[in-house]
Amino acid sequence: MQEISQSLSLAVALITSLDSTLLSIAGLSLRVSGIAVLAAALLALPFGAWLALARFPGRQGVIAVLNGMMGLPPVVVGLLVYLMLSRAGPLGPLGILFTPAAMMIAQALLIFPIIAALARQVIEDAWGEYREQLVSLNASRAQCMRALLWDMRFTLTTAVLAGFGRAIAEVGAVMIVGGNIDGVTRLMTTAIALETSKGDLPLALALGVVLITMVITINLAAQWVKSTAVKNHG
Amino acid sequence: MADAKILPLAVVGLGFRVGDINVLDGATFDIAPGSRNIVLGPNGAGKSVMLRLLHGLLTPTSGRVGWSNPDALAVRRAQAMVFQRPVMLRRSARENVEFALHVAGVRNVRNAADLALDRAGLMRLADRPARLCSGGEQQRIALARAWALQPEVLFLDEPTASLDPAATNAIEEAVNAMHRAGTTIIMTTHDLGQARRLADRVLFLNHGRLVEDAPAVSFFAQPTSPDAAAFIRGELLW
Repeated sequence: MQEISQSLSLAVALITSLDSTLLSIAGLSLRVSGIAVLAAALLALPFGAWLALARFPGRQGVIAVLNGMMGLPPVVVGLLVYLMLSRAGPLGPLGILFTPAAMMIAQALLIFPIIAALARQVIEDAWGEYREQLVSLNASRAQCMRALLWDMRFTLTTAVLAGFGRAIAEVGAVMIVGGNIDGVTRLMTTAIALETSKGDLPLALALGVVLITMVITINLAAQWVKSTAVKNHG
Repeated sequence: MADAKILPLAVVGLGFRVGDINVLDGATFDIAPGSRNIVLGPNGAGKSVMLRLLHGLLTPTSGRVGWSNPDALAVRRAQAMVFQRPVMLRRSARENVEFALHVAGVRNVRNAADLALDRAGLMRLADRPARLCSGGEQQRIALARAWALQPEVLFLDEPTASLDPAATNAIEEAVNAMHRAGTTIIMTTHDLGQARRLADRVLFLNHGRLVEDAPAVSFFAQPTSPDAAAFIRGELLW
């Protein structure tokens, strides 16, 4: 118990003194997960909207697979990305294995199904309300998708945030494709795992506190944006 | 208004069946240009389904909707519809109208939207989020949105069903103004008073069948069917 309290006070000291190692790891984590979320959202939101409006044989199967992929094991995604990016893999010539770019790809692949599946559900629910009006206005499929994505933007931020939460808290995939190289690919989660195994609990705890604070702050901000927007836009 | 005219409309044996239920059964009638046609009947008579079949939102299971213009795109563009529950996009009243104009391929959407809102007396609401407007205001915005498209035919599905008398009056005035501007009106209602105020002609539906099709004056003075007579007397139709 005493060890925990000592570690906690050291962790607080690291945070309040803006420890450079801590800031560097937290900054890289934010950059990797932020870009991964952006890239995944840019593809997943239109895909989710398309799937919500499209009608084709096997659509239910695609939805079931997409929903199932929300629970993709990170280590499996990490392994697949590793195989793709390793020297013998098809994307080996890119030479990005064990770089932040590789971690971004792995995280983007992990969260694409989450954002796409949630967006599909949100847009499909909205489509039930908007369909007749948009069809009556002769809106094309693309115009319907754009209108629905824009109108549901505040709800969809929740989907994107769910993806961000998954990305920034993920450890297995980024450990495999990033390698946890100090100063290069060491993220908060991989650093916590490493420091814990080394017995350096203060840094691990400090990183844990920063990680949780970051996730909660971003979610609170998004919640505030959503409630304010609903108040202002209906 | 679209150059290629789509009226008159010839509806022949129009039917819509869901499972074993005939929601609409063999309706045959014509719609002439410039008329105000009220589809009257009790709840569940098939009025809204008939409107959706005419507007192309539903596909008939029998019969046909014969517009005089064979160009499907021209037919679609010459129509607009206002629904019982207005669907407002999550943006301002002006942007709602602009969206409809943009979809219709209008270039200067700002001017056209402002003109439509001004005509409907809604300029004061132009920048207000449409979803925060009252039900009556939303319905008037929906009407302005339809008006902006300058349709040859306007469908209205019980547009005043949940509105107070003042809002109902505003909607009816706007409908009459559109009619005076040359738009043909096809509107459903179960409100006898509204039908008397607006109709040039009444199509009376009951249990999915077109029971009576007559000029409004003769329909209200001398209904030919027992169902229509009972409905006018205010009796419940089963």
